[in-house]
Amino acid sequence: MTALPGSQSGIRLDRKAVSRLLLVAAVLLLIGRNHLPAGLLRLPEAAVIPFADWINIGFAFLRDDLGLMTLTRAFADVVEFLLDITANLLYGKSRWPNLGPIPWVAIAGTAAVLGHALGGWRLAALAGGTFVWIAVMGQWKWAMETLSVIIVASPLSILLGLLLGSLAWRSKLAEQILNPLLNIAQSLPHFAYMIPVVVFIGVGPKAGAIVTIIFSVPPMIRMTLLGLRAVSPEIIESGKMSGATRWQLMTRVRLPAARTELLIGVNQVIMQSLAMVVLASFIGMPGLGQKLLQLLQALKIGLSVEIGITVVMLAIVLDRLSKAWAHQQPEHHDVGASWLARHRMLALWLVVLLAAFALSFVDPYFVEVERKQALSLAVPVDAAVNGFITLVNPVTDWLRWFLITWVLIPLRDSFLALPVASVLIGLAAVGWRIGGRRSALICLAFVLPIAMSGWWDRAMITVYMVFVSVALALMLGLPLGVLGSSRPERAGRLLLICDTLQTFPSFIYLIPVIMLFGVNDVAVVAAVVVFATVPIVRYTIEGLRNVPAETIEAAAMSGANQRQILWQVRLPLAVPTMLVGANQSVMFALFMVIIAAFIGTQDLGQEMQRALSSTDVGKGLTLGLAVAFMGLTVDHLLLTWSRNRNRELRGLNG
Amino acid sequence: MLVVMGLSGSGKSTLVRCLARLIDATSGSVTIEGNDIGAMTESQLIDLRRRKMGMVFQSFGLLPHRTALENVAFPLEMRGQDRVSRIARAREMLALVGLAGREGYFPRELSGGQQQRVGIARSLAVEPDIWFLDEPFSALDPLIRREMQDEFLRLKGMMAKTIVFITHDFDEAIRLADRIAIMKDGAVEQCDTPERIVMAPATDYVAKFTSAVDRSRVVHAGALVVPVEGRSVQGPAVDAGDTLHALARQLLCDMRDHIPVTAPNGAMLGLLDRAAAVDIILGPET
Repeated sequence: MTALPGSQSGIRLDRKAVSRLLLVAAVLLLIGRNHLPAGLLRLPEAAVIPFADWINIGFAFLRDDLGLMTLTRAFADVVEFLLDITANLLYGKSRWPNLGPIPWVAIAGTAAVLGHALGGWRLAALAGGTFVWIAVMGQWKWAMETLSVIIVASPLSILLGLLLGSLAWRSKLAEQILNPLLNIAQSLPHFAYMIPVVVFIGVGPKAGAIVTIIFSVPPMIRMTLLGLRAVSPEIIESGKMSGATRWQLMTRVRLPAARTELLIGVNQVIMQSLAMVVLASFIGMPGLGQKLLQLLQALKIGLSVEIGITVVMLAIVLDRLSKAWAHQQPEHHDVGASWLARHRMLALWLVVLLAAFALSFVDPYFVEVERKQALSLAVPVDAAVNGFITLVNPVTDWLRWFLITWVLIPLRDSFLALPVASVLIGLAAVGWRIGGRRSALICLAFVLPIAMSGWWDRAMITVYMVFVSVALALMLGLPLGVLGSSRPERAGRLLLICDTLQTFPSFIYLIPVIMLFGVNDVAVVAAVVVFATVPIVRYTIEGLRNVPAETIEAAAMSGANQRQILWQVRLPLAVPTMLVGANQSVMFALFMVIIAAFIGTQDLGQEMQRALSSTDVGKGLTLGLAVAFMGLTVDHLLLTWSRNRNRELRGLNG
Repeated sequence: MLVVMGLSGSGKSTLVRCLARLIDATSGSVTIEGNDIGAMTESQLIDLRRRKMGMVFQSFGLLPHRTALENVAFPLEMRGQDRVSRIARAREMLALVGLAGREGYFPRELSGGQQQRVGIARSLAVEPDIWFLDEPFSALDPLIRREMQDEFLRLKGMMAKTIVFITHDFDEAIRLADRIAIMKDGAVEQCDTPERIVMAPATDYVAKFTSAVDRSRVVHAGALVVPVEGRSVQGPAVDAGDTLHALARQLLCDMRDHIPVTAPNGAMLGLLDRAAAVDIILGPET
């Protein structure tokens, strides 16, 4: 599809020319906007297609005529049953099997032993310490409500992902159907998943669990497919030559050999589950998320920081544990080792459990921490935050005033002033420049429906917020990445921080910005900027570090100094990787802007929240798809650009 | 025992995979004991593999999540053999390839040579009649390769099996083979004993291959025997089974034009033309 460097220079020139022509047309439309017919500024009413009504009709048909409702309710009942079991065990909800609650010391001990088995003493301390913190701070019930959903939802979505992934691996057709669906699913904002679930299931914990399952399946499907593909053909042949049947080959050869990829999928499922379950508080999911939402809305900073710390620690623990599991390698025991030596962890666990139960008999404090026994950091945190805020207030106030008056409002107004026709043609120009006619058409196919959905103005506000945030994130992230890549230890540290920040549920980022800027556009932009800077830093470091040492040595031997090496050699070679980072940054920003709706924006996210509270599936999905299509447009453009650049730099196979 | 030899892309791996029906042959048929394996159903094929075939792979093809012992026991497990007997058999096989004491190790904890020993033990665990080896030693470094070749010869001497051995290394082929098939572009150029391939290459391609080979290491005294035809037979005889290389010192010092050759049982086979033998050892006069 794409022209090779040199060989077909005619086509490349042509592409440039077409692109330039389209750009000129777009600019002309923009300049002459005051003389344009209204239909080119905004699509006329007649061109607006009632997507929402169509979707509603479709859903009504599924629900009422096909009786899908009974099916979903039945599934929901199963999920609820499982949730009740975990709820009983974890925090003593009075449901079958009425055994719980398990003393928190036992759970914390179990977490510590698990951490030790998977990653040594440090992970043990982290995992055990997190649960001790949760219990001592009196957040046990909320945290366990959240955790019980993850415990129920993750295995189900892992199973579902394995099944669908294997199906896609086995059948080309299934893969071709699943692939675009996954692309859309992974760019749909969280809220878009919630609305249909509310319609079919209702609100509450089971709805929260089900939306979590649906949301976290896609990465598992992807990793299953990837893992099964990556198994070396010789291993499969050796299985065949051992006389394995198809089933034996799948269960005993392919899946175990794909272990690492599958477990990385499990890690992603768990992290997605956590992100979703925290947000599911919007549809009545109790737990940490709901608490955080209430506290943030009441602007109780100290208490929400406490919850925030818990969520962050849980995220880190879950991520480290599952990653350690994925990268764990089997090790042999010495011949003739005793049972104790072979089952050291099991023995350790039994001892810890015994000790924990003994403790819990001594003092009920070790079973459940009563509300009045709980510690709290809220007072000192509030005091510290207040002190800090009075200190920085002049700066943040000025910054807020400056950003709102001189950046945000003018930019928003100019984005809104763009005629639809001009945007469409301009986008086609960019598409044509990057990937030829095909890309131009793909971009139009994604963006035209947004215009026709009647939500153009809201969409432009979303675009403006993402644009501002990503621009700021680039300004912050690029220098940080360049700086970080200069020394290996520093790069390692920075990458670790990036990795950790990426595991946090996006919701968490709202706490500090609300603290600093209050509830307004600046806070939203600040949260998005922080969230969107992480992938830029990450990929800049990776891109710069992955430049082959030989290339750099060659440049050094040509007499280039550090600055020249950076600008002439390393940065140009890192561009394809950095584009991938920019792409991820845009996706993150898009998701975050939508989530930030609840601190008061005027974009698609705000409308989506309204659709959620009025359970308007049609409107919600239309808006969700609009967001997804914006994401997919950027995704297509940046990844095509990155791929082409990579090909130009490293040859066809690079 | 047949060694299939060819450069990469010559179709030797494809050939062995057709023989094992890991890939379906587009034309022609492979018959084992009178049964066309191309016409077999999946379950028949699986049954055949469980009882009659074993295969060793270039990059070992070990299951990373199983110990050496469990890897060797895998084919037995597939055919439903009970746990106790398959573990016993796997232990025996590991001991046979010199890995006793390493049963509990996982593949990544073993060296390349040791991993391939596990692969060999696994392929022999079901006591196959047909043993395929697909470039088994190509991934190993030269010293280990030589050691493994000796190991292979030792095992080969212990059993009577049909062996198909794939390699791209001509020296390896000569060292191990009873017969060699040389392949080029998917077709067999010549299929013969190492001696005949070296002495009488069928095509230019084969000749090119053999030109750099030290013939004295390939050719046995027996291959150069000429009838006595009334010439005098005197002095000590040489063994027909020795290579010229092994006899080189003796041949160069010996003053007789013709040297008697005897079979291992002591029977007189004929005479060795010393000049012809010296030509092979030192190369023809220029």
